[in-house]
Amino acid sequence: MAQPARHYETVIIFSPLLAEEDVRRETSKIKKLLGENDCSIVEERYWGLRQLAYQIDGKSNGIYVIIEFQGPGTVVQKLETEYKRNENILRWLTTALDKYGVEYNEKRRKGLVGKKKTEDAAQPKTEQSAPVS
Amino acid sequence: MSKQSNKGIKYLVAQKVTRRPKKYCRFRKYHIRYVDYKEPEFLLNFLNEQGKILPRRITGNSAKYQRKVAQAISRARQLALLPYVTDLLK
Repeated sequence: MAQPARHYETVIIFSPLLAEEDVRRETSKIKKLLGENDCSIVEERYWGLRQLAYQIDGKSNGIYVIIEFQGPGTVVQKLETEYKRNENILRWLTTALDKYGVEYNEKRRKGLVGKKKTEDAAQPKTEQSAPVS
Repeated sequence: MSKQSNKGIKYLVAQKVTRRPKKYCRFRKYHIRYVDYKEPEFLLNFLNEQGKILPRRITGNSAKYQRKVAQAISRARQLALLPYVTDLLK
């Protein structure tokens, strides 16, 4: 353990032409690569087919997959060369999570975050209207 | 006769009644420490109709969280969760 393990989160957008099995196969390949490089996978999520905000390579849809993992930083470069080689991947983004991000993701898994956000959206409106009346 | 008595005092006192509620940083107020780039609906609060980031003087964010919001929005744009440029976003 030369480097301390950090939390990372990687979002991959697959081509919409892939079938669901293919997506699972591709992600399992990536997970295998992570496993070979001393990474532990914290969570993986399939968002499924989603409309893109703008066209990428002439495609207006994409299949989103999110993997959160913990491991040494050297793995990120290997991961990204793997992405570049894969023609089925339209786009990807790997980010390092800070301590608040890790905390947030844990809370979200317990189902605490979604409610909070809607309250936040609603509360400022009531707050603003209160002093006027 | 009432006009004469109100003279001078009118502008000093009467006009201050409608006061705009003070702006605040919602992240500080509700203790949100992390701005998630995977939530485009939430980030829409900080964009105008053309998809541009609203300035702090309008949203009331503190400098620290404005930076985090800007970072999250640029990540969301890279992932095609938010557009770079549009019209009629809202």
